[in-house]
Amino acid sequence: MISVYHYMSVAAILFAMSTYGVLTRRNAIVIFMCIELMLNSVNLTFISLSSHLQNIDGQIFVFFVMAVAAAEAAVGLALMIAFYRNRESIDVDNINMLKW
Amino acid sequence: MEILLFYSVALVAVLSGFLVIRCQSPVNSALGLVNTFFCLAIFYVMLHAPFMAAIQIMVYAGAIMVLILFVIMLLNLGIEARKRYTHGIVWSALASLMVLFGTIYFLKRGRVTGAEGDLTAFQIESIGHTELIGRSMFTEFLLPFEIASILLLVAIVGAVVLAKKEV
Repeated sequence: MISVYHYMSVAAILFAMSTYGVLTRRNAIVIFMCIELMLNSVNLTFISLSSHLQNIDGQIFVFFVMAVAAAEAAVGLALMIAFYRNRESIDVDNINMLKW
Repeated sequence: MEILLFYSVALVAVLSGFLVIRCQSPVNSALGLVNTFFCLAIFYVMLHAPFMAAIQIMVYAGAIMVLILFVIMLLNLGIEARKRYTHGIVWSALASLMVLFGTIYFLKRGRVTGAEGDLTAFQIESIGHTELIGRSMFTEFLLPFEIASILLLVAIVGAVVLAKKEV
């Protein structure tokens, strides 16, 4: 029988893996995709606990996480296009204009 | 049988996640990400949340991935040049391993309590998952729902303003 721990272990592995991706990658779009992966692993935790506790509130929260992820995608990708227009690359090593 | 399906889907999900963080080309990373989203949708179906699986495929694998692929194609990003890592690969690996061990430790130490609500699999099948979600969202969570709509409006305006050449 699959318990809630199985699902949460998968979510933990995905979350840790995408943490590594966020910290090591230099391409801003790949970092963005890793953040989406983190949000998705949290969604998996929400839904598995919601199903285990037999309470629907967790699934409503997943709905809001998805709304925030969609807003983040729109604004984040617009930021990347604006940055690419200035610097001709989206390497995060080049994002140093605010560095003193 | 179900546990076999679970393990195979989990394996595919983790391998695709690995593909996302390791591929040199961003397009390959995006394809790995789509694969992970589909695996998570299968998990949602196994957890008796079919509406969430549909939303996962439509919003994530549909809308957000199309947006990401569109930007990748628009910026014409090639394969990332292999430069020396400036981000401390060892420290990053240590940090992510600490995250992993921390979560697994708390998962093993704590115990999830029993059922708290009254949402059973039988109820989901008889009433319908969409109807249950809608009932809860438009009564109990109406204010957060309206705030989310304002957030999306702000995101639309912000994206248009940011992506314009001259404001």
